[in-house]
Amino acid sequence: MNKKAFGNKLVASPYIVWSAIFIVVPLIIMVYFSLTDQNGAFTLANISDIGKYKKAFGISILYAAVATLITLVLAYPMAYFMTKLNISSQRMLFMIVMIPMWMNFLIRTYSWITILANTGLINTFLSKLGLGPLRLINTPGAVILGMVYDFIPYMILPLYSVMSKLDKSLLEAAEDLGSDAFTKFRRVLFPLSKPGMISGITMVFVPSVSTFYISQKLGGNKTMLIGDTIEYFFNLGPTYYNIASAISLVLMVMILVCLFIMNRCGGNDEDGGVLM
Amino acid sequence: MKLLSRLYIALIILFLYAPVAVMIVFSFNSSSSVWVMGGFSTRWYEGLVKNTVMLSALEHTLIIALLSAIISTVLGTAAAVGITAIRNRIAKKAVMSVTQIPMMNADIVTGISLMLLFIFFGKLIGLDESLGFATVLIAHITFNLPYVILSVIPRLRQTDAHLSEAAMDLGCTPVKAFFKVILPSISTGIVTGFIMAFTLSLDDFVISYFTCGHYQTLPIVIYNMTKKSVTPDTYALSTLIFITVFVLLILYNILQTKSEKKRTEIRRV
Repeated sequence: MNKKAFGNKLVASPYIVWSAIFIVVPLIIMVYFSLTDQNGAFTLANISDIGKYKKAFGISILYAAVATLITLVLAYPMAYFMTKLNISSQRMLFMIVMIPMWMNFLIRTYSWITILANTGLINTFLSKLGLGPLRLINTPGAVILGMVYDFIPYMILPLYSVMSKLDKSLLEAAEDLGSDAFTKFRRVLFPLSKPGMISGITMVFVPSVSTFYISQKLGGNKTMLIGDTIEYFFNLGPTYYNIASAISLVLMVMILVCLFIMNRCGGNDEDGGVLM
Repeated sequence: MKLLSRLYIALIILFLYAPVAVMIVFSFNSSSSVWVMGGFSTRWYEGLVKNTVMLSALEHTLIIALLSAIISTVLGTAAAVGITAIRNRIAKKAVMSVTQIPMMNADIVTGISLMLLFIFFGKLIGLDESLGFATVLIAHITFNLPYVILSVIPRLRQTDAHLSEAAMDLGCTPVKAFFKVILPSISTGIVTGFIMAFTLSLDDFVISYFTCGHYQTLPIVIYNMTKKSVTPDTYALSTLIFITVFVLLILYNILQTKSEKKRTEIRRV
């Protein structure tokens, strides 16, 4: 692009100052807190203590990965089928998928308690049939369900926007050249929908791996995710801010490494993927 | 195949809306249980109107959402214009990478890091309580900015730079050329950015949770409510929020279709 851009770069300076103070400096302060004790003296104790929370890190990554995979498997056909409808139905469905996203996610998570609880809707129904009660709430399954439910719109929407812009003649060409449905998917649809998958996976994995509300409500007190651990120390007061920052720092580095690897594997997109 | 795909779409919609339906039904429960329906009643809605904690939280949420959306839209639009004018590739890349940090980072990390900043500087200038209105507002502006910038930049790229040159050749000052030529052509990006900023701010829980101090927004109050015993009043509140969002979105959609129709008509003329 050799088009001459309009404007002066100076108008970006208020923003550049803002982002330096409120994006870069906070991260530096977080590093500072991670490497000091409560009196401000240098220490590596916080970082070496991270090992104690291995389990929380492990469970968080495991749950988030499973939830992301389920979300992808559920969302992919949904997005694909959406593109097959006429334009006005597509637009309506787009809105239907988006509306829950604009509702408070705390409540949406909370409503699942009504459905899953021991005396909840599913178990009431089962007991009328003479079955049950099943233990649904306070299980790892419930936590993963909560993650899938809360974040599935973030997977459907980018997939849909990539697929709806896809050149239909490519699929037809594949068909003309004798591809069966699976080959068409593997050789054409899948590679072309990759940018949508990458942004979808990012937008589901990052909030899932760092959540603390979903696990508190649907997992009972048994599942301590990494988000719960950070929130727990935060609530204990200023004495524990150092360890809370150290855990946050490790979480951040871990997420960035995951995203970096994924972007490398998925082929880097110049525009930074699809936002929505 | 067609039937199967319709069925699949229906099942996903059922999954998305089952908890919403449950919430609406139980918000009209006459008993205070969220598992057993007692009978129909609107008492939880009546209770909400008298709930001063909730009402003031709603006011806080709206103030923060509106202010942060306006400020981030102005700051972000200026930033987008400035960033596209940066020639140095490395400088541009650096600015864009920093811009993406709040989007890529987990909310909890953004929240904690901002909280530490506020407490750190609060201590430096000797404040006992550094968290409050100003800190939530700053936090919200900070996480809204990338979304505004990234929705304006693509529009700027599509805009023909020669247009503003032409305007200046015809005697416009650069500022006037911006407002007369560039601004109208990037307005859809600005509006999208504003709407995104507003809704993100309205819905934010995690970052507000760490930065709000005693200035409680609605999600924080809801969080505190769901920590205690479970009563249908939370459901009543969310039903109201749901209906508001639903109506607003439908209105927005109708307006959009109308303006699109108008545009195609103009093109035809």
